[in-house]
Amino acid sequence: MVHVTRGFTGRHPATDDRLPPGQYLTDDFPVLSAGPTPAIRRDEWTFSVTDGDQALRSWTWDEFMALPSEDITVDIHCVTRWSRLDTTWRGVAIDDLLADVDTAAEYVLARSYGGYTTNLPLEDLLDGKAWIAYEHDGEDLPAEHGGPARLLVPHLYLWKSAKWIKSLDLVEDDDPGFWESLGYHDYGDPWREQRYQGD
Amino acid sequence: MTGSRLETATAHTLSLRVDEWNGHLPGQHIDVRLTAPDGYQAVRSYSLAAPADDGVIEITVQRLPGGEVSAFLTDIAMIGDQLEIRGPLGNWFVWDQDDPSPVLLVAGGSGVVPLMSMIRARDRADIQTPLRLVHSVRTPQDRIYGDELTRLAAQAGGPSVTWLYTRTAPTTETRPPGRLRPSDLDDGSNWTSGATPICFVCGPTGFVEEAANHLLAAGHHADRIRTERFGGR
Repeated sequence: MVHVTRGFTGRHPATDDRLPPGQYLTDDFPVLSAGPTPAIRRDEWTFSVTDGDQALRSWTWDEFMALPSEDITVDIHCVTRWSRLDTTWRGVAIDDLLADVDTAAEYVLARSYGGYTTNLPLEDLLDGKAWIAYEHDGEDLPAEHGGPARLLVPHLYLWKSAKWIKSLDLVEDDDPGFWESLGYHDYGDPWREQRYQGD
Repeated sequence: MTGSRLETATAHTLSLRVDEWNGHLPGQHIDVRLTAPDGYQAVRSYSLAAPADDGVIEITVQRLPGGEVSAFLTDIAMIGDQLEIRGPLGNWFVWDQDDPSPVLLVAGGSGVVPLMSMIRARDRADIQTPLRLVHSVRTPQDRIYGDELTRLAAQAGGPSVTWLYTRTAPTTETRPPGRLRPSDLDDGSNWTSGATPICFVCGPTGFVEEAANHLLAAGHHADRIRTERFGGR
């Protein structure tokens, strides 16, 4: 049931077919995180993929920079209701990182420096839908936005795009990550407004 | 809406009587949804400012330049109006009243609102946990809850309250106006990193980044620092 608010007409700010329900457009890049921004040195950075207890592959920063990368232009949507259109990134497709990986896992737990985690279906990271991004707007990704590198899964709310990414763990069960265990949605589709558990 | 009062020239506290409100934790927020006659909707999150009082909750709204929802709530909404809300929301930036650790609260501007909810919860439950608030404001006129905090701080067992002024300080203030400095967060034994206080930092993004980095540099562990940022506008 919709209740019309007395006296509210709304500004009807610029909208766009690419804006999911309940979101507004911004040109800023606000920051949402639960704690301090971790300081991660590139010469100490590693990124790995694990399957159960088994480390499948791992890259140093220099090794990661040598991987084929892509320019990415995508819309991003934060659960705090701001969206930005046509944001530009550079990074490595998850398809390339998981090429030839043979796994029974159907889910991924993304782990970050600083302890953050988030859970996603593996298929949501494949077929050109997700990247490990290390540049934004042509610049090195700033620490407050997840640098040196973050997961980028733009078709889900941005908390799924784990900042300060450290590893992708291929797992059989969809165990909740950090925000998911605090009441946020396990999947987080902005077009279905899956903000909180039960949405 | 059952009440509205001015906290500063630009911040209003709204009281809302809610059917079937089952209480909330200090630090939690609600979503407020406004609907225009043509169906257009706007939703924003606001921190709860106090424990619920007989089904009445309070939010404090900082009027933002060009703020679609904040301007409506501060300028147009009247006592007797119906508002749609959802909540309580957020289970991370919350204070556990049973945790005996000292509490260090660091606020920039209207970031004091969820922290005030913690201070009021502590006061109403008569909890003796040491608590310190450091609130960075532009000028003395920007002290949201200034009188109440002054009164609480003067009580036996009350919180320690420090205001930092970034632009204009009262004449009695010895600290020159300016941004947050490491020494601003480290002048009491309960709040050094050795006492492992739980730290809550809330404010604009840049402020929270600086404050959290100062706390880390002072030896506070990242696991003991919880942040909430409002960015952009």
